[in-house]
Amino acid sequence: MKKVQESPLQPDVLLELDSVKKYFPIKGGVLKRTQGNVKAVESVSLKLYKGESLGVVGESGCGKSTLGRTILGLEDLTDGKIRFDNQEIQDLKRKEKKKFVKEMQMIFQDPFASLNPRQRVGHALDEVFTMHTNMPAKERKQAVIALLTEVGLKAEHYDRYPHEFSGGQRQRIGIARAIALNPSFIICDEAVSALDVSVQAQVLKLLKTLQQKYNLSYLFISHDLGVVRYFCDRVLVMYLGNTVEMSDAANIFSSPLHPYTKALLSAIPRPNMNAGRERIRLTGEMPNPANPPSGCAFHTRCPIAQDVCKAAKPEWIEHKKGHFAACHFAG
Amino acid sequence: MTAAETVKLKEKKKEKYWVATVKKLFRNKLAIIGLVIVMIQIVMAVFAPLMTSYDPVKQDLVNSEMPLFSEGHWLGTDNYGRDVWTRIVFGARISLVVGITAVSLGLLGGIVLGLLAGYYRRLDAVIMRIVDLLFSFPGILLAMLIIAILGTSLVNVAIAISIWSVPTCARIVRGSVLSIKEKEYIMAMRSMGASDLRIMVRHILPNASAPIIVFATMRMATAILSTASLSYLGLGAQPPTPEWGAMISQGQDFMWSSPHLTIVPGIAIMLTVFAFNVLGDGLRDALDPNMDI
Repeated sequence: MKKVQESPLQPDVLLELDSVKKYFPIKGGVLKRTQGNVKAVESVSLKLYKGESLGVVGESGCGKSTLGRTILGLEDLTDGKIRFDNQEIQDLKRKEKKKFVKEMQMIFQDPFASLNPRQRVGHALDEVFTMHTNMPAKERKQAVIALLTEVGLKAEHYDRYPHEFSGGQRQRIGIARAIALNPSFIICDEAVSALDVSVQAQVLKLLKTLQQKYNLSYLFISHDLGVVRYFCDRVLVMYLGNTVEMSDAANIFSSPLHPYTKALLSAIPRPNMNAGRERIRLTGEMPNPANPPSGCAFHTRCPIAQDVCKAAKPEWIEHKKGHFAACHFAG
Repeated sequence: MTAAETVKLKEKKKEKYWVATVKKLFRNKLAIIGLVIVMIQIVMAVFAPLMTSYDPVKQDLVNSEMPLFSEGHWLGTDNYGRDVWTRIVFGARISLVVGITAVSLGLLGGIVLGLLAGYYRRLDAVIMRIVDLLFSFPGILLAMLIIAILGTSLVNVAIAISIWSVPTCARIVRGSVLSIKEKEYIMAMRSMGASDLRIMVRHILPNASAPIIVFATMRMATAILSTASLSYLGLGAQPPTPEWGAMISQGQDFMWSSPHLTIVPGIAIMLTVFAFNVLGDGLRDALDPNMDI
């Protein structure tokens, strides 16, 4: 029981990341030696509570998808700790991990690529039960049909192939597959980004309904701030593998602390052209994560950067209650 | 576009994958010719005893070296008086059986090695270097080497050809696996906790089936040709087995007196090889025009 004492978890924390790092080695030369690392995720710490949706936003390449995959164990963790339901899971063997696989699922970005094109939809869902339960075939079929109805599809879709469905329907199949084993935590990796706006709304609504019904927690990875604002309880902003700011969705959108968050928010298109808000333009490209800038990773593009930003890495400080930011000049 | 056309288009989209493939195949005239010849050969092989009233090996010296279109022997007889048509029909059986055995054994080895090499990075280097080693031998030479070790017989010919098919097949499968394993649905299966075996067999292999089918068809042509070549060289079927290559080998002594003894089995080999090749071509076009075989 010592483990629990070491990590003072509140009872309602479902997932806790403790300075999680994921580096991809760059290998080269004749002997394929590691010449450097792409620092995709650099020290991310966060807590995810039961039944909440945490949005993760940032530019492409900021490490948000890698973070999701690392939590799920699809990528090997470089360093740090992942606690799920009070238990450290990062070092578990495959067999021990199986029970956590049931608890953590993922919905993928591209509904056209995330289903095996040669497998009937019913069989794809059936396979999930075959792998994790001992249900007889008849029960499995019933369960699959129940799942299909749950996500708004029909029993007759059982024998169809993925190409016979629209994008939204396929994403529903992906959702059905994710909720099949009654998980408590689902990572939505750009789950609605590939869909039309009208379909996005339907799928988001479905996700919300399921969340309320099963008390699900979502890690909602997205680059669409509008969707995140509508869907998420809290938001985490990432830049170049670093966590930049985290707070309640309302707080982030009304009073952002970090200059990067401000710049992101000012980029949201708004219908009223005369609102008279200033657009913060970031210049330059995102730096190479294999060779990140010294100090604050954002200082190369930051409008308010000063000398201290080049020298020292800003700490992850709770500025207001539940509102974290990593900036020397936050506010 | 009228409403009716739209409906039609929708129906077309709903067609099952294989139905669509077969339809595409039938639009290719050459492939149909190939398919017909292959079908004829299969019928000949299966119903060989019903298609002739003669015995393929029993000698009848009184009626030896009869020319084409003789009475009772429309393809003539050979130097021992055996009916050439009978021997061609039974030879079809041998070619097909040896071809199918060799190709299936080769596929089995190639698929297993290709899957392992493509899926596990650590095994890749080892397996592919062994494959490269096998590749460095010219095909017939490798087959002759294997037969020299195992002894001359049709079974050993099948084994030799299958071993020689393994590296090509392994490469094709590995290439497909490498591209398929990066697909998101494989990632999805891994996130579901599927075992490697399940992912390889149930998710990667079905999606790699198209190039494998094309390879198998093409390789049938090569296998049949190689069986004939080896038998011609005296390394495969031994007399009096009615094997096409062996028939040419026996007939060449009578080239001037009875040219049909070499020409008829030669045409049989040519037609079969041609048929499997065009069928393979057609299948490739129907399955995936961008495929690289």
